[in-house]
Amino acid sequence: MKAWLPSLLRLALVVLLVAFVTSPGWFEPLLKPLTENNAPAIYNQGSLLTLTLLHLRTVLVATIAATIVAVALAILVTRPAGAEFLPLSRSLVNIGQTFPPVAVLALAVPAVGFGEKPTLIALFLYGLLPIFENALTGLTTLPANVVEAARGAGMTGWQRLTKVELPLSAPIILGGIRLSVVISLATATIGSTVAAKTLGEVIIAGLLSNNLAFILQGGLIVAALAVLIYDGLSAIERYAARRMGREAQ
Amino acid sequence: MTPRFDKLGVVIAAIAAYAAFAAPFATFRANRIVPGQARSILEALPATSGPLLLAIVIVAALIALLRTPLVLRLAAGVVALAALALLIGVAGTFLTPAGNTFVRVSPASGFWILIFAFTLLLADVLTRFDLSPRARVGVLVVAAVAIGLLLISGRWDSLSILKEYTNRADSFWAEGAKHITLALGSLAAAVIVGLPLGILCHRVEKLRAGVLNVLNIIQTIPSIALFGLLIAPLGWIAVHVPGAAALGIRGIGTAPAFVALFLYSLLPVVANTVVGLAGVPRAANDAARGMGMTDRQRLFGVEFPLALPVILTGIRIVLVQNIGLATIAALIGGGGFGVFVFQGVGQTAMDLVLLGAVPTVALAFAAAIILDAVIEMTATRRRVETA
Repeated sequence: MKAWLPSLLRLALVVLLVAFVTSPGWFEPLLKPLTENNAPAIYNQGSLLTLTLLHLRTVLVATIAATIVAVALAILVTRPAGAEFLPLSRSLVNIGQTFPPVAVLALAVPAVGFGEKPTLIALFLYGLLPIFENALTGLTTLPANVVEAARGAGMTGWQRLTKVELPLSAPIILGGIRLSVVISLATATIGSTVAAKTLGEVIIAGLLSNNLAFILQGGLIVAALAVLIYDGLSAIERYAARRMGREAQ
Repeated sequence: MTPRFDKLGVVIAAIAAYAAFAAPFATFRANRIVPGQARSILEALPATSGPLLLAIVIVAALIALLRTPLVLRLAAGVVALAALALLIGVAGTFLTPAGNTFVRVSPASGFWILIFAFTLLLADVLTRFDLSPRARVGVLVVAAVAIGLLLISGRWDSLSILKEYTNRADSFWAEGAKHITLALGSLAAAVIVGLPLGILCHRVEKLRAGVLNVLNIIQTIPSIALFGLLIAPLGWIAVHVPGAAALGIRGIGTAPAFVALFLYSLLPVVANTVVGLAGVPRAANDAARGMGMTDRQRLFGVEFPLALPVILTGIRIVLVQNIGLATIAALIGGGGFGVFVFQGVGQTAMDLVLLGAVPTVALAFAAAIILDAVIEMTATRRRVETA
């Protein structure tokens, strides 16, 4: 009986989220008590659906770019030709994580101007680190006997990489992507301080006009998206891990 | 005999060559907000020091490019960075006409890329030296003292970022103090609440999943929303709870920022305490029980010391994260270095953004190095003791 409860909760959350962003008017009575002086309870300077989709698009583009670059770098430094870069890349990842997202965002503005671009750069740079770290862990902690067996079977370096090493480390790499997406979803809201079209716009409008309803709806949509995407990616990760387990037998 | 190239050196030399010859070294602006004009190294520096800097950059890049002894590479990195740091100040004085207080000179992309290239060289050398934790903190202190001396000496005073600082010297230190209070205070509160909570979650299995799930969900709420959402309840407390307002609890300002940072800090502290305690070897616990230790003695004498490195890792995550997040407190009137970042974004005055961003990055960086060193020291001590 308890097994289906989490799935039901998730389904309810999806329905609620879709209903809220497509017809927020239904929820107006719920949010109305949070406003003062008859201020609007539902964000009225743009469609919530459009902002949600733009928010997701920004995160998606940044994450795809970050995944490609981070995995490519991790592959490079784990090959014999790139082994020299391994210790340095580790320290760089460590250093990179100390840069606060707001600083990255603000510093990207002079280079590329206001709008979506500085947000994409900040999300990309910030998303790189968890994925790179996990890809590195995945590729350096492969079971030695499996790699040896692949070499013994006469596989070329490329075949070993694509048929053995990458599939085996896929669950760990996915874990990094999941972390990166959740961080990016929240960080993208800060992008609205430099005029990016994301859900942060709703929150900032609420902060500026002292409208709690705006802050709450912006924050809750982002949080719901994060929880759902986190769950979805965890499920894919478990599936990948199971598949790897079976194929390795 | 063909010379042997260092692979990283190829990258460093390429970056340095681009930055020195193709990118602008300094930006010159007639006043604070007009678009800048680019100046190359030779245009930005007097007749002797321009070619000197180019020569230093070329020699240092060659040392990086070829396979050279580590000590030589270290010297090349240090000399190149020192020359860049000194000469950007010279460029500021050289480009500013005497007596003109409106002109702004700031470092341009070429300068920053050169700094990046030689920091990369230095980072590589230091990584290969495999320094002990104490030595790493020592390097940090030496770098901090060098930068501090440069600042005090006034060699950078002609640069735009320091002109922004001179205009706001008082508020800079006040906001800096607020920033550190926010970051460290919320960390302290999170440790005071998080450690017992973590221990409780470790002992009472039923609580564990629930507490960790709630804390996980708090982490998914975007920081600016959480800061905003706390305005209402704290405003209510300030009005309705006697004495709360006197303690500084208000709807906007430092209080919601403090509470938000505290809430974000709880998850890493609690989760790492749980993981750390779970990782204590069963044998150690059994031995302690066999010796007749009470639960309390076992906790403080055995479990806690063994879990310390993992708990400290959680504290490191929190501190670095808090120093960064505290910048957002400025959006709700909570102060901190973010004040300058957001003012600068609003006025499109990038030097003002830098005035807020550079100290934040420096603080986070220093905190990460120091705590990493502390973690490594406690972890090695544990290994020695258990061996």
